[in-house]
Amino acid sequence: MIWNETIECMERDEMRKLQTIRLKRIIEYTYHNTPFYRRKMQEVGLTPDDIVSLDDIVRLPFTVKQDLRDNYPFGLMAVPMSEIVRLHASSGTTGKPIVVGYTRKDLGVWSEVVARSLYAAGVTRNDSVQVSYGYGLFTGGLGLHCGVETIGGTVIPMSSGNTQKQIQLMHDFGAAALACTPSYALYLGETIRESGIPRSEFKLKTGMFGAEPWTENMRREIEESLGIKAYDIYGLTEIIGPGVGSECACQHGTHLWEDHFYPEILDPQTLQPVAPGVTGELVFTTLTKEGMPMIRYRTRDLTALHYDKCPCGRTAVRMERILGRSDDMLIIRGVNVFPSQVESVLLEMPEFEPHYLIVVDRVNNTDTFQVQVEVRPEYYSDEINKILSLRKKITARMQSVTGIQPDIKIVEPRSLERSQGKAKHVIDNRKLV
Amino acid sequence: MLIKQLSIFLENKKGRFTEVAKILGEAGINMSAFTVSESSDFGILRLIVSNTDKAIEVLREKLYAVSITDVVCLHCPNQPGALAKAMDIITNAGIFIEYMYAFSQGDSAHVIIRPDETERCVEVLQANKLTLIAASDLYKL
Repeated sequence: MIWNETIECMERDEMRKLQTIRLKRIIEYTYHNTPFYRRKMQEVGLTPDDIVSLDDIVRLPFTVKQDLRDNYPFGLMAVPMSEIVRLHASSGTTGKPIVVGYTRKDLGVWSEVVARSLYAAGVTRNDSVQVSYGYGLFTGGLGLHCGVETIGGTVIPMSSGNTQKQIQLMHDFGAAALACTPSYALYLGETIRESGIPRSEFKLKTGMFGAEPWTENMRREIEESLGIKAYDIYGLTEIIGPGVGSECACQHGTHLWEDHFYPEILDPQTLQPVAPGVTGELVFTTLTKEGMPMIRYRTRDLTALHYDKCPCGRTAVRMERILGRSDDMLIIRGVNVFPSQVESVLLEMPEFEPHYLIVVDRVNNTDTFQVQVEVRPEYYSDEINKILSLRKKITARMQSVTGIQPDIKIVEPRSLERSQGKAKHVIDNRKLV
Repeated sequence: MLIKQLSIFLENKKGRFTEVAKILGEAGINMSAFTVSESSDFGILRLIVSNTDKAIEVLREKLYAVSITDVVCLHCPNQPGALAKAMDIITNAGIFIEYMYAFSQGDSAHVIIRPDETERCVEVLQANKLTLIAASDLYKL
């Protein structure tokens, strides 16, 4: 099911034409309406006339999260506050929150892209959707809410928390779809199992999960425990909120709604564009936003883009699962390594605890890559060989995932720091001069 | 005739064994026999103690990884050829030994054996009139 076939299945060169027109317009618009963007363009000697094709986008300066903090709260608005009909904010764990403002037209665009995302996940006007994202300053709840209303479905605006009630109403109202964070979906699945209510009494068939990174393993677990298809819905507050992109029934990449949000992938070191299919940092330019446009906003999310047509019929570019954050990336012996890769290996091997510590050092001009792991109590043995073969197994697996051979160090139980919010997962002892 | 042996995973760090010995000592548990086998960055301490259940309890409380294995304790004269005779019996029965350790005192020697087939090893040794030590007796040694 496709909500906007004209756009979602548009020929690639048609899409580029549309993007070119919109890029030129938004650069002209921000130059004249946002002093911040004008100043940044002037600093590098650019005027809107210099941007004539999509490829010219690389000449424009970047925008980063700190720019939003520096201009707190309304410094990046391109319209008078009288035109802003809604504000959202993301809770900054450090420092000031970041604030975004939407005009009435922006809310229309947002509803449109969430509508596309809902259709991609198989939700129709006949379905009721339990929105278990938080409602409030967070974009999750209200973002999904307006999209469901747009397609004519029935919203169950649960917000987050109160899990027993979530399950009761999901059951009594016959919710067909669930929208929440993937970790909460897992928790709901567990609680349903414990509640003793047979799964056959639920009408749930599909779910849209996002707002935090998740893995294929988590997808399988969610699908298994809730008896549904689980789809990724991608978004970030700075760009619009949930609905920047979404997965279709093929589940092999998140279609980005690129007529509104133009994506680039850049090498995180050189910040130069990479070829399609190559992993790098995702950068967005909002092509149609009025309230608070973002020009070349660095998401710090690492992924790759694929431009071939999807079997679902959509031509909209497909984004791979987010591999990690460019701020977390380690370069070891010239290879890019992400803590999330180490974590994914641990999660798929029942013999090991999911906790780890990566220690990087430089000995005789060569980088060392040590990963400290704990064996689960039931897998300890009286035989050295059994433990050594466990180590061999995880070494091979981690080498195939990261591309370099780790030195696995098995440490005593409970000796690694447990993740309470933000556990320290990396120690980099390299002193480079 | 099976004896419960504790195996404790220890990182190769200063003072790890000392700590285990201290924990057991404070709990009033005596060690009858032990051996350490090591790799480059960890070791496994195998030991036989006077109160196995209590030892597991106090060690797990301190978060040690403790596993329990059944082993056999053979008693033989402390003289040339005695062990060879016993080993011959085990080998001829097609039993494989994962590891073993021994201690001797005066005229007698005790050998702790971890075979791949524990039950059958006991049968074979007893059928050949070799003396096996029961757990309760070993703890008194």
